[in-house]
Amino acid sequence: MFKQLSERFGPWVSIGIFLLMFLWLVMLVILPQILMIDYSLRPNLPPSQIGGPDDQYTLKNYATLANNAIHQSIFFKTIWSSVLVTFCTLLLCYPLAYYLAKVATPRQAALCVLLLIIPFWINEILRTFSWFIILSYRGPLNALLLSLGFIDRPIRFLSGDGGVIVGMVYAYILFMIFPLYNAIESLDSNQIKAARNLGSGWIRTHYRIIIPHAKPGIATGCIMVFMLSAGSYAVPALLGSPGSRWFTQIIYNWFFEGGDWNQGAAYAFILLLLCIGFIVLMMRLFKVGLGDIAR
Amino acid sequence: MSSHSILKWGIRFYITLFFLYLFTPLIIMSAATFNDSRFPTISPWRGTTFKWFEELWNDSGMWQALGNSAIIAAGVLVIAVPIGVACALFLSTYRGNGKNFLYGLMLSPLLTPGVIIGISTLIFWRSLGVSGGIFLTMIAQTTFIAAYVMLMILARLQRFDRTLENAAFSLGASHFQVFRRILLPYLMPAILSAAVIAFLQSFENYNTTLFVKGHDTTLTIYIASKVRTGLTPAVNALGLILILITILFAAAYELKRRHEARQSQINPETDSEPISR
Repeated sequence: MFKQLSERFGPWVSIGIFLLMFLWLVMLVILPQILMIDYSLRPNLPPSQIGGPDDQYTLKNYATLANNAIHQSIFFKTIWSSVLVTFCTLLLCYPLAYYLAKVATPRQAALCVLLLIIPFWINEILRTFSWFIILSYRGPLNALLLSLGFIDRPIRFLSGDGGVIVGMVYAYILFMIFPLYNAIESLDSNQIKAARNLGSGWIRTHYRIIIPHAKPGIATGCIMVFMLSAGSYAVPALLGSPGSRWFTQIIYNWFFEGGDWNQGAAYAFILLLLCIGFIVLMMRLFKVGLGDIAR
Repeated sequence: MSSHSILKWGIRFYITLFFLYLFTPLIIMSAATFNDSRFPTISPWRGTTFKWFEELWNDSGMWQALGNSAIIAAGVLVIAVPIGVACALFLSTYRGNGKNFLYGLMLSPLLTPGVIIGISTLIFWRSLGVSGGIFLTMIAQTTFIAAYVMLMILARLQRFDRTLENAAFSLGASHFQVFRRILLPYLMPAILSAAVIAFLQSFENYNTTLFVKGHDTTLTIYIASKVRTGLTPAVNALGLILILITILFAAAYELKRRHEARQSQINPETDSEPISR
């Protein structure tokens, strides 16, 4: 390993490369995760008893979730809502991605991509905050619906999970559009023409030609959006109410209100497992490898 | 042919709706800055005012948070960019066992929810006696921002012509000279872009920062806490300023990228305007 590098960069630069890589991967990526898992398997003890006879590995912290019906329902709600968010963003983005990649002229596409990049770089908190204004009880949406006569009284949009889901679709939609666009763009347009010449209708062309080609992009977009939704703290904190808590909020409470870091670590690891499970599922479903995802 | 043109108009209509959906919330938020109302909204309009900018200017908490965010973002940039460059150089050079594994490991921070990166960093550094604060926030953000940098540098390295290095070697250049005079200048545009992105990513991070910030506040944390307690349109004023800065950044970045794209492909056709149909 070292030999290949030092042949190209010389010994000193190679040592630097290895040192930086080692520091990052070991100190920032691997060890923290291992310690989090270790924490999750130990009981929450006062500092004097750590290392004592009671400090033994246990699955007690994981059993908490199995025994707590409220936490369980929030956990499953988080999964379902994240899947729903992922599905909505995919549905909303596909036509646009196809248009940008195959229908629009290069100049139109470039303009649209620039218009998409701008909200992409605007803070997640600000994008969520803008929906907080729109959906608030005396906000513009209620005012509009009232003036049009659709409703008699303002609706409390921010009291259930609906507001959270709307906010998440808005906050994470751009993580779907770019992978999709990149994947569809790499398809040779002649294939679409050939399918059309051979008498394929547009539904069949999409189903048989474009979607199979865009699989890696679809998988990447879905993985990113699901991961961001399931792991989001900002959106439910801003748009949710006490009655519509998210799993990340329970984790946060274990750390900073319950003061039980071991319990919090167990819940965090469960969330991580959920995301890994989703990634594996997507890779199986779309038959793509990890190498395809990062493109 | 009529069904085809209906489809075409349908998709145009859809694109328009999509961009309206994307920008209306931001416009409403920005507009609420100028409404003379205690709560940020645009309905009803109580008169146009600039007083919320003044209130924002006089808010010492905001300045404190802005300072912290700038320090953290600068720190992340200094740590994450060298790491990302080093890893990209490694991946572009090493051929052999475990390369795919290492690549997967380097990507893993991008596929891990931000809250989990924050939590694991907090737990690990507590065992070393370091508690939450500006330093820990830098460390936690570097964990995933280095991976973004790595991907950006790697993309440029893949187009690098290694015969240039060999030519320099056969002309008697030392390893270090080749690295300094050939590889680094070639990578410089990507390094600068990665630095901008690393800075922005750090500046707007919320989920990771929340767990490792300790008693310090960053600008994003400050905005979120204001939305939940003590919300006034001063938050909108701050949002509007950040949006304008972001647009400026995005436009400059895009212009630079296009400039490079045009330079790299020496194609006389791209200079003339395409004839409109």
